Amino acid sequence: MVASTTPRPGARRGTGSREGGSPRSSGRGPGRIAALIPVRLRRLGLPYLLILPAIVLELLIHLAPMLVGIWMSFLKLTQFFIRNWSAAPGAGLANYEIAVDFDSAVGASLLRSFTVTVAFTVLAVGLCWLLGTAAAVLMQGSFRGRGVLRTLFLTPYALPAYAGVITWSFMFQRDSGMVNHILVEQSGLLDERPFWLIGGNSFVALLVTYVWRVWPFAFLVLMAGVQNISDDLYEASAIDGAGWWRQLRSITLPMLRPVNQVVVLVLFLWTFNDFNTPYVLFGGSAPEEADLISIHIYQSSFVTWNFGSGSAMSVLLLLFLLLVTAVYLVATSRRRSRA
Amino acid sequence: MREPRWLPWARWIVLGSLGLFTLVPLYVMATTSIKPLGDVQGDFHWIPTTISLQPFADIWRTVPLAHYFVNSLIVASAAAVASVTIAVFAAYAISRYRFPGRRIFSITVLSTQMFPGILFLLPLFMIFVNLGNTIGVELYGSRTGLIVTYLTFSLPFSIWMLVGYFDSIPTALDEAAQVDGSGPVGALLRVVIPAAMPGIVAVTIYAFMTAWAEVLFASVMTDESTRTLAVGLQGYSTQNDVYWNQLMAASLVVSVPVVAGFLLLQRYLVQGLTAGAVK
Repeated sequence: MVASTTPRPGARRGTGSREGGSPRSSGRGPGRIAALIPVRLRRLGLPYLLILPAIVLELLIHLAPMLVGIWMSFLKLTQFFIRNWSAAPGAGLANYEIAVDFDSAVGASLLRSFTVTVAFTVLAVGLCWLLGTAAAVLMQGSFRGRGVLRTLFLTPYALPAYAGVITWSFMFQRDSGMVNHILVEQSGLLDERPFWLIGGNSFVALLVTYVWRVWPFAFLVLMAGVQNISDDLYEASAIDGAGWWRQLRSITLPMLRPVNQVVVLVLFLWTFNDFNTPYVLFGGSAPEEADLISIHIYQSSFVTWNFGSGSAMSVLLLLFLLLVTAVYLVATSRRRSRA
Repeated sequence: MREPRWLPWARWIVLGSLGLFTLVPLYVMATTSIKPLGDVQGDFHWIPTTISLQPFADIWRTVPLAHYFVNSLIVASAAAVASVTIAVFAAYAISRYRFPGRRIFSITVLSTQMFPGILFLLPLFMIFVNLGNTIGVELYGSRTGLIVTYLTFSLPFSIWMLVGYFDSIPTALDEAAQVDGSGPVGALLRVVIPAAMPGIVAVTIYAFMTAWAEVLFASVMTDESTRTLAVGLQGYSTQNDVYWNQLMAASLVVSVPVVAGFLLLQRYLVQGLTAGAVK
């Protein structure tokens, strides 16, 4: 995922030797130091100066809040203390104990939301990847309408999330929506108009909307990956008599594996953390069956104004994501090194 | 590549269905936006019976859409410009220098991308509110707070993409510039940035889109005067009624700038992804 961790031959000459050495070890004798330090220091300090703004912002907006969030999760941070958090009493592990006590109402609903999110993520990532791969593979080569199709496919991804999701929520309306119009009036598949945005169907509605919005991302990246495969490979295998399926199985899919590794991981993290789709689709609060974990934490934090409990849930979510990511990276890199 | 005879058929069936799946909501959005309110409350019709451009006039009155539009424009532009400027410098350092901490920096920045937004939301909310209380810097409800937050969202991806771009520019170019008397920063400004312009523009568009579409922080961190489009569009649904035709018209209007920008630059985005991700 990191674009370049191996040194490139073209990289600035002479910089490599400085990597390990400490700046103090260079230059001996006062006269030489005076002559050397300004230039050397400037050269040594320059990369740090260049990344300084990025570091400061990452610290301020990501790392500091994360630490504050962990600290908050150990506080009894209820609505009385929001404006003056220094007065909030410590809670020890109470926030965590409530969150994982699955007999309590808080714990039970968190567990249910977690289960829904896992099911949703597996299905959504699978579908997005499948559609993206199918489209990327079939868009190989040139044919009429290719450019138009590519633009069309990418449009939902370019659309602001809320604009696309609002449209779906209109289409899923029970009485005036397009989906029921097709299912009931035009095809007669169903006799009665089902509700899509409440009850069990809301999971399906959420899944369809999400896949519509996000599969173009998989397509975009996989298409870039497919374009990067050298034509020589296909030509050589064609001379050896390999057919289309054989080429797909032996060239295209194996060559896409590094791209797939990134795409699936990114899709997993996005999907698991998705907030926009349920928030806009259901108008603020999601029905139980489509209560993804981010919106669940948001709801339980801003409805009860119990930020301590919300922070504890967020920390648990982070730990889970770290665990899955670590296992995933170890598993995929082991498979790669074995192959 | 040799194609079997069934491939064109398979291609048109699969790509055609995907195209239909993609197109239908866009069609619904466009046609609903030109229907009178009465036509969107009853049964759905594929083809509008009456065409009315009234929704496009009404959207500006029902909610202060122009105000939200300006807010979004300010926040997204400022976040995009700031994010890309910072990313250009960071990416240049990573691409051209080997320095201790380089790897840790890259990994840390990228990994913040994976953290759930909800994890930052509560602490940032608390920090902003309490900063206002203690030292009088009102970040909560201000545009500045939103801009600073948004620019960090696009920063990791921007740095990552630009490192890929800069790597593809031969270092001989900036060495030549340095021989001509420019310092390293001069080489960056005079040689590398012009050569990487397509990538920089693509990243700017990406950062703008990220900020333009953000919902979670916008829903908590803004007040009536700084509200952005992502939240403002909720104004079309009242307790009794949802003005679906106006909602679709407004969705269309707020989508046009970003979709147009994205589609114009999709080629560069693909190039950038190819350079950064696949290598």
